[in-house]
Amino acid sequence: MADVKLIGSALSPYVLRAMIALSLKKLEYELMQEKFGEKSELLLKSNPIYKKIPVLIHHDRPICESAVIVEYIDEVWPKSGWGAILPADAYHRSLHRFWTFYIDDKWFPSLVALGKAETEEAKAEAVERVRAGLLLLDEAFVKLSEGKAFFGGDRVAYLDVMFGCFANWIKAAEMLVSVELLDEATMPALHGWAVRFREHEAVKEVMPDSGKVLEFFKILQAKWKKDAADAKN
Amino acid sequence: MAEAVVLLDLWVSPFGQRCRIALAEKGVAYEYQEQDLDNKSPLLLQANPVHKKIPVLIHDGKPVCESLIIVQYIDEVWSDGAPLLPADPYARAQARFWGDFIDKKIYEYGTRLWKLKGEAHQEAKKEFIEILKVLEAELGDKKYFGGDAFGYVDIALVPFCAWFYTFETCGGFSVEAEAPKLVAWGKRCLERESVSKAFYDPVKVYEVLKQAYGFE
Repeated sequence: MADVKLIGSALSPYVLRAMIALSLKKLEYELMQEKFGEKSELLLKSNPIYKKIPVLIHHDRPICESAVIVEYIDEVWPKSGWGAILPADAYHRSLHRFWTFYIDDKWFPSLVALGKAETEEAKAEAVERVRAGLLLLDEAFVKLSEGKAFFGGDRVAYLDVMFGCFANWIKAAEMLVSVELLDEATMPALHGWAVRFREHEAVKEVMPDSGKVLEFFKILQAKWKKDAADAKN
Repeated sequence: MAEAVVLLDLWVSPFGQRCRIALAEKGVAYEYQEQDLDNKSPLLLQANPVHKKIPVLIHDGKPVCESLIIVQYIDEVWSDGAPLLPADPYARAQARFWGDFIDKKIYEYGTRLWKLKGEAHQEAKKEFIEILKVLEAELGDKKYFGGDAFGYVDIALVPFCAWFYTFETCGGFSVEAEAPKLVAWGKRCLERESVSKAFYDPVKVYEVLKQAYGFE
């Protein structure tokens, strides 16, 4: 019974957020894969504003934007599977949302910039920016986890999902540029969290391994290079 | 206790105004602290070390940053006041989607109307009018974005109504001509005390923006 459909592919970290949330809730759904470079009729109809994945379709009604989707899943199925995703108290919810916005607005773009960097100098600068962001997130992790395993404490919570979707993207980027980004020496807490997150039962089931992500990252790199060259002509 | 809630803000900021409106809708007493962004206070730097920006809500010593995150926080903590987000999860998802759309589009594309020149300016004008039309379509014939109740999406957008005059003047178009329902909605919102108290004369706002961004 495909009452729940998800348009997208696990190779998109934003789609992966929705998949991890659905996995945490142990929900059945139909994954409708988009072909890279093409947009299906269903996608265009379901997300006319942005024409982007992920789109969750529940009872034939579309929900767009990964942050909106994850909160929706948590509100519709509050007790399913591993239980609540958003933290119980309002202050922690605000912190999880704050860091999610930081990741989307500043940190992930810095990782993309690393992928787009063409010169050694640009790469080095990009690496510094990615690492500076990771250091902030490491500090946030220490505060929010209060010595426990996840951003949510004992349990995987919202920020774990919204940041953890990038766990293998970080590994892939490290392989791409042969530089450690999330290194154990300077960011031991966050490093440990990433290892634990990847190993979580609900995450293991859906997260593509870093080899596959690296392949995809290289395809994106080629596309970015081509787009940049086309823009110059 | 008023001292338990402090808002670090700047009078003309539409982002700060969102917080003021939400606090007023809930009847929350708070201390307003006007910030000098050219000379940032130690409290601001400590409360928002990552971005060093306003608004920041400090509740019982704990800072909450990012205006729409603050609005959600206000809604969740002062839950006995009228809800700002609807109860139904799908309606809530729609409200969050549109709040995010407004955050992604209005400031970024609106400010291009004075930052860009020539062909880029024409493109910016087209894009901004398109954004207004999308919001107009979403509002439709409803009283407010959420229906009969004033709420989250209205709060996200209404402070920018004071910027319409600036957008029109710099863009060379009329908001009323392109999005009449939106203009009527803005006037309806202004009838609410929470909104009118946070609202400044659009011509005054134009003068401030003109100075701040240095446009003619």
